[in-house]
Amino acid sequence: MFDDRSPIYLQIADGIKNDVLSGALKEDEQVMSTNQYAAFYRINPATAAKGFAQLVDEGVLYKKRGIGMFVSPDAREKLRAARRERFFTEVVDPMLAEAKRVGIGVDEIVRHVGGAR
Amino acid sequence: MIELRDLTVRYGSTVAVDGVSLDLPTGKIYGLLGRNGSGKTSLLSALASYRRPARGSVRFDGADAFENPAVMRQTCFVRDTLDVNDSERVRGVLAVAGWLRPAWDHDYAARLVDLFELDPRKRISALSRGQRSALGAVLGLASRAPLTILDETYLGMDAVARSNFYRELLADYLVHPRTIILSTHLIEEVADLFERVIILDHGRLLLHEETDELRGRGITVTGPAAAVEAFAGGHPVLGEQSLGGVRAMTLDWRPEPADIARGEAAGLTFGPVGIQDLFIHLTSPSKRLEAIR
Repeated sequence: MFDDRSPIYLQIADGIKNDVLSGALKEDEQVMSTNQYAAFYRINPATAAKGFAQLVDEGVLYKKRGIGMFVSPDAREKLRAARRERFFTEVVDPMLAEAKRVGIGVDEIVRHVGGAR
Repeated sequence: MIELRDLTVRYGSTVAVDGVSLDLPTGKIYGLLGRNGSGKTSLLSALASYRRPARGSVRFDGADAFENPAVMRQTCFVRDTLDVNDSERVRGVLAVAGWLRPAWDHDYAARLVDLFELDPRKRISALSRGQRSALGAVLGLASRAPLTILDETYLGMDAVARSNFYRELLADYLVHPRTIILSTHLIEEVADLFERVIILDHGRLLLHEETDELRGRGITVTGPAAAVEAFAGGHPVLGEQSLGGVRAMTLDWRPEPADIARGEAAGLTFGPVGIQDLFIHLTSPSKRLEAIR
């Protein structure tokens, strides 16, 4: 589930963001508690709590005192906007660099993408 | 708060623990790591007041721990030897633990005995290594002591028993938070349970940090020697290897995505450094690394 590339709390935050983006977690839906999360993934609860705290800081989740944490109503929209901004620099540019290395022209890529449409 | 100040443990002229100072906030799970002979057991023995330090002190919420009954009642130290009478039976050992430990949970102990498939009628002398380890785990967990120290107790267990032990430890800690210190060298399989990691090397404190901060702390860079060296800049080098013109360096540095992109454009490849690898790099004598080159 988790790898050594980055702190687990960041991986937890990314995983939940992906669930919000894909719609697996809906607006105002309650997420697992940090203890449930820790027991499920067998990680220290402080690590899980740090991941959730980061999501609250970023406005992806909000807290209801004594009840738990929920997905913010505008979380999906905000995440989509942020990911769109990064799409060209983080996804397209590295792909074009690799295409150049192996000698695939832009025309060929366009034809392929057109076929996939 | 558990405070170790300049803690030093000596056996004759041998210094096993050398001036360790540590602040351990209570209620967390700590992993104590170190190679064989690094002083783990000596440090824990002093921490649990099983041994009087040659110098320095251990304080619990300000009170000196040594021969302090109030502190000792709160402390459960399980070591390899188990400190039990070999001619006693398992159920007798558990009964004694129940008398000695104010927070002992009989039902929980019974559940753990079942889980680890221990026979309560068996004598300690007749237990296999794995069963002895399992009994140590039961004594440690069911004591629910505010300070529970398990010194490689579980290393004799097989993979299934260890997995059960880790699951039980976490589940019980979630319901009954307390300070738990585990010493181990099976880093990879337990690291996720530790909130903090303490690394000892030759009796000295090498590192005390949040476990999660160690993930992604180091990086391995591989590629043409000149490009690797240029990328490494002045960042601390934990290890390196060369094969022909190719060089691999392990750096104690967390580069930004832009650095990675720049490196990849220069033909470098990157790999993560796990906690186990980081531990090996931090505690290997550099001479040995030189020899590999």
